[in-house]
Amino acid sequence: MSNLQEKVKKIFSDEKLDLLIGFEKGTLPLRAAPSFVRKSEDLDKLIFDITCQNNLAKHLLNEIKRNPDQKIGIIAKGCDARAIIHLISEKQLERKKIIIIGVPCCGVISPFKLKNVLNGREVTDCTINNETVICKGKDYEKEISRTDILSGYCLSCQYPNAPEYDYFIGEQTKPAPPEKQFEKVDELEKMTPDERWEYFKKEYSKCIRCNACRNACPMCFCDECFIDRNKPRWVGKGNDISDIMIYHIMRAIHLAGRCTSCGACSRACPMGIDIEALNKRVTKEIKERFGFTAGLDCEKNPALADYKTDDNDEFIM
Amino acid sequence: MENFEPKIMTFLCNWCSYAGADLAGVSRLQYPANTRVIRVPCSGRVDPLFILKCLQDGYDGVLVSGCHPGDCHYLSGNYFARRKFAVLKASLEFIGVESERVHFSWVSAGEGEKFSQVISKVIESVKKIGPAQKLVKKR
Repeated sequence: MSNLQEKVKKIFSDEKLDLLIGFEKGTLPLRAAPSFVRKSEDLDKLIFDITCQNNLAKHLLNEIKRNPDQKIGIIAKGCDARAIIHLISEKQLERKKIIIIGVPCCGVISPFKLKNVLNGREVTDCTINNETVICKGKDYEKEISRTDILSGYCLSCQYPNAPEYDYFIGEQTKPAPPEKQFEKVDELEKMTPDERWEYFKKEYSKCIRCNACRNACPMCFCDECFIDRNKPRWVGKGNDISDIMIYHIMRAIHLAGRCTSCGACSRACPMGIDIEALNKRVTKEIKERFGFTAGLDCEKNPALADYKTDDNDEFIM
Repeated sequence: MENFEPKIMTFLCNWCSYAGADLAGVSRLQYPANTRVIRVPCSGRVDPLFILKCLQDGYDGVLVSGCHPGDCHYLSGNYFARRKFAVLKASLEFIGVESERVHFSWVSAGEGEKFSQVISKVIESVKKIGPAQKLVKKR
């Protein structure tokens, strides 16, 4: 990937960037860490591969909040770029202060899936090939197919390349077949409501209320989240299933028309909860009812901040 | 179950539905007394969280009522509300909560008759599915 570093170096000096946000090798195998580069010579540590699982738009937003005057370049997968574009449409970021450097994304690893495939064994060393990943640990070596450990969001990703960018490094990748996008939702919708309730109850009862999903999400930028409010306290902080359910439903609703399906939440979840299903269901509703897809157009209003006088209201008495 | 009298929370917009409810009262129209009313400035004021909170606190059903499209006192509040409610309804249904728990209606200040009918219909449909259980917080 020296190609990436060289090209980014050129962009860094051409655009006179104050900061470049990308990925560097993390301290654990198969986990990249976000990298904040302010000096050109530090650009040599940049990488981009299937271990780059964070959504960098979150860090971009934090950096802009810290110092609004800097010019920032960001290495963006399709979903990172869509999150940035959506944040621009919500006036959280300014387009002219950001240089989006698109990179082709072939999906990223879901740590929980990896843990399951390896039966919880620790990885001490790994080699990433084109189709497979070879994991080595104490007393074992295993070759795993990429598709077995890629995040569910990535396997159904429709926008692996940045829809809008200033530079693009590499060749554009092909999106997943369109029927894949809501495959999981369609499967769940075939069940009866009671079966679905049992499914979600089982999933959400794993929740330990660590809020990692919220903290990883680039769209969760409120200064005070509704779950942190205590006058009035809307949602309890404990592990009562009712509180957990309401937290997850409300988070899905707050992300309605804003979620770019990056999957940062589900990859951040330490308990491996299926956050994808409900978020995708809401995304599907927004797409089918209002014809809106988040993160494609900087100028367009988000679906819930907009209306048409002839929106369908078959459900209203 | 036979004698189940549901508790219904209604959010009424100040400018249309609240006046509609008032008219129903003034006109001495009969409708079931299972509802508790919260007056809000606009149906757009109703956060989906309010509705979920009602279901959590043991209400068997929730009704949100506002001005007809085009009649909003704040011009577009009910258009935004309509989009929010569509999303809320879809997600509740998906997660497995009975869709009959949450209702929406447009009732104008002149529709006292319609208001009483809406209340009767809501109560009828909530009675059919029985007391709320799924999202209720056990204390």
